[in-house]
Amino acid sequence: MDIKNIFSAGLSLAGMGLVFGTGLAYASQKFAVKRDPKVEAVYDALPLVNCGGCGYPGCMQFAQAVVNGDAPATGCPVGGDETAEKIGEALGLEIETGEKFIARVKCKGDKEKCATKYEYFGLDSCISANMLESGPKACAFGCLGNGDCVDVCQFDAIHVNDLGIAVVDPEKCTACGKCIDICPKDLISLVPITQHVIVDCINEERGGHVKKNCDVACIACGICERACPFDAIHVENNIASIDYEKCTQCMICYEKCPTDAISADESRKQKAFIIEEKCIGCSLCKKRCPVDAISGEPKENHIVDKDKCIGCNECVEACPVDAIVMQDV
Amino acid sequence: METTSIFVLLVSSIFVNNFVLSRFLGICPFLGVSKQVDTAIGMGMAVTFVMTLAGVITYLVQKFILVQFNIEYLQIVAFILVIASLVQFVEIVLQKISPTLYQALGVFLPLITTNCAVLGLALLNIDDNLNLIQTIFRSMGAAIGFALAIVLFAGIREKIELSDVPKPFKGFPIALVTASLMSIAFLGFQGLV
Repeated sequence: MDIKNIFSAGLSLAGMGLVFGTGLAYASQKFAVKRDPKVEAVYDALPLVNCGGCGYPGCMQFAQAVVNGDAPATGCPVGGDETAEKIGEALGLEIETGEKFIARVKCKGDKEKCATKYEYFGLDSCISANMLESGPKACAFGCLGNGDCVDVCQFDAIHVNDLGIAVVDPEKCTACGKCIDICPKDLISLVPITQHVIVDCINEERGGHVKKNCDVACIACGICERACPFDAIHVENNIASIDYEKCTQCMICYEKCPTDAISADESRKQKAFIIEEKCIGCSLCKKRCPVDAISGEPKENHIVDKDKCIGCNECVEACPVDAIVMQDV
Repeated sequence: METTSIFVLLVSSIFVNNFVLSRFLGICPFLGVSKQVDTAIGMGMAVTFVMTLAGVITYLVQKFILVQFNIEYLQIVAFILVIASLVQFVEIVLQKISPTLYQALGVFLPLITTNCAVLGLALLNIDDNLNLIQTIFRSMGAAIGFALAIVLFAGIREKIELSDVPKPFKGFPIALVTASLMSIAFLGFQGLV
């Protein structure tokens, strides 16, 4: 009896499935829609993670938009240049690949440097911590370190370090923008991957208590603004911000900043060096140098004063005979 | 006699026992695809098609398969199978006939599968012991009721979009308030049948 039940149940459902399946198969043949082969080609070139970083719901929609001309071929932040080139190949287009961007958590105020207001025992989520008096940190702008960004990252590219600050792994980051959307403090933004001089603070307050709350906060003193030879850093809204187009990464602001709010990779500090054999003594470099580090009479060899040189690369661009090179210090 | 009872059945399922506004089934597409009248009409048509056919086919499945083999306990599984196949069919056809509507409906089209109004209708038809003719008209009525509700609602929402709504009510909240007011309005049909 039981066996019969099983058989009748199984067979009748299987039979129904078969009938409907056949009907659907017939319908899909009869009403088949021809896909644009270009869309298929673009789709194949994509990373297919459906992260939505491009602004479309998924890779398929993005491929369609690229073929329709609505989205740029460089629109996939995950695949980057490689994908853009593949798409270009598929569509027979010349693709101008832009610079790669990565996410950056603009806060250095870790447990040792930033004071705490209270001890937080709630849900392990920045969003919920943020609802209680903007979180346990004394600075209302700082990274809470509960790792909402870590959870949302599909590429394992962001982690909270031992001192409670989220840090992006530049090699894994694909600039998809998910962490930027989730961060309740709006701390994360995209920066060019080559940029290493960055203001790691977004504190918009001013005055003594900023420094009291956090050792490495930007106090909007404006020293960097005055020191910058290239007009690339400005204090707006009580926070210094760097114009990455103008910045030559000379690190003057980094060296001058009294609170150490600006980060830079010191190992990338370079100084100009003039190759004597090539120098024609045109003085163009001398005129261009923002810190008067180059000396020499016209038509004679010029010399760079290593102590004064800030490694801004301006003279290298000015030299008409490529006689200046940047060297590691 | 027969015609009046069928008329009564139609009126009752379209207005009095409207699936969305008085039984509260199928709220998801009702709120999701009601931003524009055009897409609402498309959704209404798709659901009407699926609901009417599903109502009839599930009746036949119940009568000639489930009851015959004594496996009524497989009702929900079998019905979902029918509904899923129908929705898939509609999707294939729609993609061919009207790609724009297919795009506009988006994810809500495959979601008709899980639209509780469709399954609810199929189960209620069986519960109420209707015969085939009654089932056909009940299904049609329920489907038209759904389409009517969603199209009316979309019309209202289009007007709301242009009016000055207080900030905290903008978007979804005002839509929910509107839906509840519509539901109260449909309560006025109670006692008609």
